[in-house]
Amino acid sequence: MAEKILMKGNEAIGEAAIVAGCRRYFGYPITPQTELTEYMAKRMPQVGGVFLQAESEVAAINMVYGAAGTGVRVMTSSSSPGISLKQEGISYIAGAELPCVIVNIMRGGPGLGGIQPGQADYFQATKGGGHGDYRNIVLAPNSVQEIVDMTIQAFDLADQYRNPVMLLGDGALGQMMEPVEFKATDTVPSIKAWAANGMRGRTQPNIINSLHLQPEKLEQHNIHLQQKYAAIQKNETRWEELYTEDADLILVAYGITSRIARSAMEKARSESYKVGLIRPQTLWPFPAAPFAKYAKTAKAFLAVELSAGQMVEDVRLAVNGVRPVAFYGRTGGMIPSPKAVYEQIVKTLKERGGN
Amino acid sequence: MPKPVFNEERCKGCELCTAVCPKKIVVIANRFNSKGYKPATCSDDAKCIGCALCAKACPDVVIEIHK
Amino acid sequence: MAEKLFSRPQSLKDVAFHYCPGCHHGIIHRLVAEVIDELDVRDKTIGVAPVGCSVLAYEYFNCDMFEAAHGRAPAVATGIKRSQPDTVVFTYQGDGDLAAIGCAEIVHAAARGEKITTIFVNNAIYGMTGGQMAPTSLIEQVTNTSPYGRNADSAGMPIRMSEMLATLDGASFIARVAVNNPANMAKAKAAIKKAFEIQINGHGFSMVEILSTCPTNWGMSPLEAAAWLEQKMIPYYPLGQFKAPEGVAK
Repeated sequence: MAEKILMKGNEAIGEAAIVAGCRRYFGYPITPQTELTEYMAKRMPQVGGVFLQAESEVAAINMVYGAAGTGVRVMTSSSSPGISLKQEGISYIAGAELPCVIVNIMRGGPGLGGIQPGQADYFQATKGGGHGDYRNIVLAPNSVQEIVDMTIQAFDLADQYRNPVMLLGDGALGQMMEPVEFKATDTVPSIKAWAANGMRGRTQPNIINSLHLQPEKLEQHNIHLQQKYAAIQKNETRWEELYTEDADLILVAYGITSRIARSAMEKARSESYKVGLIRPQTLWPFPAAPFAKYAKTAKAFLAVELSAGQMVEDVRLAVNGVRPVAFYGRTGGMIPSPKAVYEQIVKTLKERGGN
Repeated sequence: MPKPVFNEERCKGCELCTAVCPKKIVVIANRFNSKGYKPATCSDDAKCIGCALCAKACPDVVIEIHK
Repeated sequence: MAEKLFSRPQSLKDVAFHYCPGCHHGIIHRLVAEVIDELDVRDKTIGVAPVGCSVLAYEYFNCDMFEAAHGRAPAVATGIKRSQPDTVVFTYQGDGDLAAIGCAEIVHAAARGEKITTIFVNNAIYGMTGGQMAPTSLIEQVTNTSPYGRNADSAGMPIRMSEMLATLDGASFIARVAVNNPANMAKAKAAIKKAFEIQINGHGFSMVEILSTCPTNWGMSPLEAAAWLEQKMIPYYPLGQFKAPEGVAK
């Protein structure tokens, strides 16, 4: 499929998963990601796959645990309140080191919140979310094409590191229609010698498990996980930067917000403000390196989010007090206009730009 | 002749086997295994009829019946 | 080597159980393992262990195993079976796991007619956490969280899971058995075998509820506990087959 077709973000995730070889999907309807669940209901039978509408998000993530443990590529998807319900299962999946892809098309919270776009699940996605010391790999696309590319990449990363990968989008990306191209993947499916898919001639049973009752063994397991996470940080951190080299002010935004920030940046550039943009494409591992670098040249940073300020904490950690880090966010499903972000740029430069 | 063989170290002395033996020859020994339990044993191998009820009642798979 | 009239089944690893003296889990483990051996399906069997006393069941069954989150074994088993339809998948769950925290998962796995087999061990108490009230604890039963005896006004009545699940069209085979005496053990094994066969033959969900003792947390000797099961549990939880596909004998 080389030609471009027009697709909605949510549906593009589904098709990309199928292109990536995912043939198992377990989910539960929730706005604003339901089109993905519906797409999988339609497509999975056409490709000989399994679609199952679970009784709850709790059940769906545990079905993912079962499927992933047998070695197949598997995905689930939900939106913020449903992702909260999945946290128990995600912790077990991380503990048992199972590869899977979890899609969160975020909406505003807390609680039932609303059904309009949000980015207030950043902490939950990147800092663990469930109990215990673990990390999800978190990918943050900002276009439908990137949704496709990152969904395919998510399955490869999950298999490579035996780790859950979360595709973190928002209601706006999920509903957005853009032309996309599905590039054939050249990934060779991993051999999963650890999978518990029936012994089938093996002499020793395989066990999928996150329980280690002896403290020495549990600590060793945690050390192993941390070493894996360090390798992921080293190898898989991704970001995009624009006009950063000469920037006095660097905007930081991911997902849908990065598109608004980019428009605001372009307006500011046309007004001769030296503004750049860093767009984390992996939220965990967070791209700390460019911040350390530009903290030496830029005068300030401005994080823009659809939250009360979550990613900004990682920006501050990365900048490490060398430069001021300002924040501008809207919540509740409100989306800032490029003009509003532009005004924040001017204000931040005036207050913290040093001129 | 059938004969019950006890893996005494695995026995927890629960006595469930003693209650099911039709010949009443499965009894608790007056000694301790290394776990501190008084293990089950057979008081008279010659009377064993090989019914395996003791083995089937054992929650710890302590007992084998040899032919 | 002497010929053996009775020995450990191959589907049970040769390791010591961690269970308390007289606990029926060990008997039930052995019966399940014997059935797996007799049906010659060990090579394609995948078991799912619960949270509860039998959390370590994955250390005991000599086949591929999963350890599930509390109550989620039927969902995990669903994911397994839907990914590997040629396997034989069973869950092994206690009463807290299946009838309390995992009630939704077991009901919907049964309703969907998942081709899995559930071994449900009902000992009317939470064992692993040290003797708290279970959804299946009997009225007036004293536990650490019903210290004055289970009171129906406050805690409700014990749940009969077999009868409840038998109402679902997706459930193919539901039976309640006990392992408190040799005759009941023989019936229990026959029911477990039937449940596995029903899965292998492509019918829907099958479950065997097994009444079991917990001498430690009931505060009785193993023999007293076996008698209590007979006198108190069986009258409230009648033994028998509640559902079977046509052509499967009672």
